[in-house]
Amino acid sequence: MGAGALFIAVFLACAVEAVEATTIVLAAGTARDWRSAVSGLAVALLVLAIVVAVLGPAVSALPLRGLRLVVGALLLVFGLQWLRKAILRASGYKALHDEDKIYAEQLAAAASRQRARRVLVPDWYGFTLSFKGVLLEGLEVVFIALTFGSNARNIGLAAIAAGCAVAAVAVIGVAVRAPLSRVPENTLKFVVGIMLTAFGTFWGAEGAGAHWPGSDAALLALIPAVALFGLAMVAVMRGTAGGPQRAAAVAASREAG
Amino acid sequence: MAVRLRAFLAFWYDFVIGDDWWVAAGVAAGLALTYLLSRAAVPAWWLLPLCLLVLLPLSLWRAARQHSAGQHSAGQRSSGQH
Repeated sequence: MGAGALFIAVFLACAVEAVEATTIVLAAGTARDWRSAVSGLAVALLVLAIVVAVLGPAVSALPLRGLRLVVGALLLVFGLQWLRKAILRASGYKALHDEDKIYAEQLAAAASRQRARRVLVPDWYGFTLSFKGVLLEGLEVVFIALTFGSNARNIGLAAIAAGCAVAAVAVIGVAVRAPLSRVPENTLKFVVGIMLTAFGTFWGAEGAGAHWPGSDAALLALIPAVALFGLAMVAVMRGTAGGPQRAAAVAASREAG
Repeated sequence: MAVRLRAFLAFWYDFVIGDDWWVAAGVAAGLALTYLLSRAAVPAWWLLPLCLLVLLPLSLWRAARQHSAGQHSAGQRSSGQH
């Protein structure tokens, strides 16, 4: 597997997760208390560092074939889920992921809670909101970096790609102090879904004992093939019986009648 | 305790299986068949891509059907109100 493909796959996947974490931290900081939100972020990063320190060597020590089977299966399931959601959004069956709306909802929920001080934290709700968001999204970043890196036998490069993605999103988030709504998240998720599906198919089959024609070069055919299939599915779903717009129009006309 | 355990299991189910369990079941079946074919020294690299060609449209079709059913029942509810 090429270093470039590894870097791009990990960078894009981690950037999507980082956008979601940034949205939560910004909402916690803006609606509640910046010190508590930043404390939650710092403690979550500390927990993540411990997880990496424990899991990293353990994952590297696993036999490659078993690792590829498990990781391939997980990536394939995750990839298909992401691709499914992205296709449903692109074809209008599902609402687009709207960071502005999510930010507004988080902000309203955070603002409605009473402030309570605990230990050294001025606002416990803001702290836990930020902590949970960063920990959950961070675990996904760790999972992506470790699995991609260990399968490609290049954890260092995967870690750098994940770090670059998180840093880039965090810098932009802090600079604009607003939800990253201009990030074309559905397009990113579509691309990441394609990458996860292609890598999951490749590693899963290898882990199960199959041998790809052309070895690693098979990925160069697999990635565009999955992309074309995904785009074809978007076209088919958009054209299916006029798509959901027609169903919505029917529902609206019933309501009006 | 039971509530926490249920929440823990629900989190992992949601994390791994997600919205459509057919996808996870199909992937597991595809990997098992690939393993069996490989053990029998039959080339099996084509099997997972074939699973993809079946699973993704199937999952999308199920989602579209659920969406249409939701729209239909919403329409019926609103016409019943008027």
